[in-house]
Amino acid sequence: MAEIDTSGGGKKKGPGVKKGKKLSTRIDLTPMVDLGFLLITFFIFTTTMSKPKTMEINMPVDTKDDSTKAKDYCTMTILLSKEHRVYYYVGLADDPMNPPKVEVTYFQNKNGIRDALILHKKNVDEQRMNGMPGHIPADKPVILIKPDVNSQYEDMVNILDEMKINDMPIYAMIDITPVDQNYIKATEAANEGQ
Amino acid sequence: MPKHKLPRKSTHIDMTAMCDVAFLLLTFFMLATKFKPDEPVVVKTPSSISDIVIPDNSILLTIDPAGKVYFDYDNKKAKAILIDKVNTEKGLNLTADEKESFKRGASFGLPFNMMKSYLAIDPINQKSFPFTGIPVDTNYMPDVNELAYWIQSARIAGQETGQPPRICIKCDASTPYPKVKDVIKTLTKNDILRFNLVTTLEATPEGSAAEVAKAEKEKSSGTKSE
Repeated sequence: MAEIDTSGGGKKKGPGVKKGKKLSTRIDLTPMVDLGFLLITFFIFTTTMSKPKTMEINMPVDTKDDSTKAKDYCTMTILLSKEHRVYYYVGLADDPMNPPKVEVTYFQNKNGIRDALILHKKNVDEQRMNGMPGHIPADKPVILIKPDVNSQYEDMVNILDEMKINDMPIYAMIDITPVDQNYIKATEAANEGQ
Repeated sequence: MPKHKLPRKSTHIDMTAMCDVAFLLLTFFMLATKFKPDEPVVVKTPSSISDIVIPDNSILLTIDPAGKVYFDYDNKKAKAILIDKVNTEKGLNLTADEKESFKRGASFGLPFNMMKSYLAIDPINQKSFPFTGIPVDTNYMPDVNELAYWIQSARIAGQETGQPPRICIKCDASTPYPKVKDVIKTLTKNDILRFNLVTTLEATPEGSAAEVAKAEKEKSSGTKSE
């Protein structure tokens, strides 16, 4: 066979013949494995495996208020306020005698702002084809996002994310007006009275 | 009674295979690694469904929960030009070593008058420097607003190296909106209308318009490859 006999047994050599001691060629690899894993651990902890992800944002040029260009039935205004509350109303609210119906919701998955956006999109889709004066088929829903002073950055990102999730074609982040701040106050007061 | 001897097996295991695996993984991590840049503050970013990777050569503005702004520029060449420019225009009297320290350094958040004392200290101690944040004025023009000045100068420096930077904002989820607004206004008033917000990736909600669009995109690319 191809194996080399290392047992030393079998034939006996003469009394004067010294056998050279055979050293094993096996090396204990345990320390090397230890070292390897130590370095792996080091690299795992220091590494940034994937680059951070980002979302792109386009800001409107803030020379003029663009909201006046949008049509009344297409426009939905979203106000972000404290404790992650979201206030929203449909329409331009340019008539002080006839204030819009302001709803309040949160960023939850069911019955949250997402459902309101989907509903608004559906409504605009239906109304743009109905041939009413000023309604043309090319109309698209327009969302105006106005974060209040006591909202947080997280709210801003969440609402921009909702725009993406619901594939809203036109949206803009603009400054909140005192009128809108009054809407928030009024809605809050109404809800507390209940 | 006859003694029963259990056959003793050697406790030695052949480590060669394990060693192979260990070093294979080690090689992989060594090649795949990019060291985490030093962060001045721990920032917990909000999540979004957007999966655009952060662009190369970007200016990173970190905003901590208190609203302090930190500046970083991921382009060493441009950083060298930037500090030269800032040094002469703002009269910081920096030495060559201090400029080198700026070039190698990580994110910082300091007004101009503190820059020299910050850059003069040892890089190891720079991490524990008490940062006050880059001042953001409500006047957004670069001659008054230090953040606007840094961004404008960095963009000019980036242009000179042939790689115009993109601006990324990395902000803590709990930062009050007015602080963020100041930074965003600083950008928009200086005609930077497109920028990126660093977010952590979250799953696209089921049944949403974005998911449908994504599925369609995958479908169309799938049929193309067939």
